[in-house]
Amino acid sequence: MSAGRGAAPGSPVHRVRWLPGTDVLRGACHCGAEHEGQDPVEMWDWLLAHPDHPAPGDAGR
Amino acid sequence: MTAHSAFARNQWYVAAWSAEVGGDLLGRTVLGEPIALYRTGEGRAVALADRCVHRRFPLSRSRLDGDKVVCGYHGFTYDTTGTCVFVPGQKRVPRTARVGSFPVAEVDSLVWVWIGDRDAADPAAIPRAPHLAGEGWTTVSGMEPVDCDFGLLVDNLMDLSHETYLHGGHIGTPEVAETPITTEVDEEAGVVRVSRHMQDAECPPFYARSTGIEGRIRRRQDIEYFAPCLYLLHSRISPAGQDAPLFETEITYAITPSAPGRVYDFWAVSRNFAVGDPEVSGFLRDANHTVVMQDVDALNVLQRCLDTETEGYQELSINIDTGGLAARRILARLAAQ
Repeated sequence: MSAGRGAAPGSPVHRVRWLPGTDVLRGACHCGAEHEGQDPVEMWDWLLAHPDHPAPGDAGR
Repeated sequence: MTAHSAFARNQWYVAAWSAEVGGDLLGRTVLGEPIALYRTGEGRAVALADRCVHRRFPLSRSRLDGDKVVCGYHGFTYDTTGTCVFVPGQKRVPRTARVGSFPVAEVDSLVWVWIGDRDAADPAAIPRAPHLAGEGWTTVSGMEPVDCDFGLLVDNLMDLSHETYLHGGHIGTPEVAETPITTEVDEEAGVVRVSRHMQDAECPPFYARSTGIEGRIRRRQDIEYFAPCLYLLHSRISPAGQDAPLFETEITYAITPSAPGRVYDFWAVSRNFAVGDPEVSGFLRDANHTVVMQDVDALNVLQRCLDTETEGYQELSINIDTGGLAARRILARLAAQ
């Protein structure tokens, strides 16, 4: 694995898992909030909205 | 005509492989900046603005006199800092006679140049690829220019499902496109990681011939993209259902925007098996060059098509694009800084 930049411990990481056997993406923000969807553009919008993650049912979702 | 992606200045970019920079001048253009590269007698790499201050003749088309560059048109002569130390026919060298120089760092057999505010250049920020020059590894490498927006090459490398279709019969098998990915983004560090782990996959010729594995394989692809320039694909192969023998291959790309609509595609394949086998090296060099040229041809065609699109054309993203979309956002943020 590489060294150097990116090795900083504790820096916030967003994670998106494509759930096997489905078309579903599950996003996890570094704050612990999670979100499921089927559109990666919408998923990044949701993750990068931290700390103002749209709640389920919000307009525009 | 489509707009090209904005360049991120104040970043390190690969301008050359170390082996390319020697006692002859080498011309490269990075982020639209023409650069002349050479190596001093003591072995230090130098990067000067590639235009003589006099009549803009390219210094890369000139000659070296020791560690000095002598312009091939009228003989203006520059030292390693870009200061002009000689002009023809007169004793006084005008005070303004100098060309710019770029901070240079040689790391892991790559020559990195800093484009931007030179006071902000910190070589410690250069992402590492230690396998390129590491003991116990053998590397084959090359570089191909592509006539496309650098963002198209980033898109290409971040979504390896294209291996199944564009590189079928070489590195692509059906399982690559079929297998879900996990994407991680470290926003602060500007790093995107995309993992695709295939437990039971067809072995493509690229790995069958280099490893000697017959039959199906466990294949792990773990991408690390250090925006904007360095891309590593950690590839791990073992026979299906087995942890060993494990064949580790590090696929390195440096994605260096050259000019609007043009990008340098530096590539390397490093392996920790058959390290002394020239036949394997020759095979992997030819095989990866073939794969890279398939990308080059596809991206050249794609860019020409995009150039005919009207502004604001639509594209569609699906799950396979999760990593590429993350990379685009980071690149846009870096360009806006």
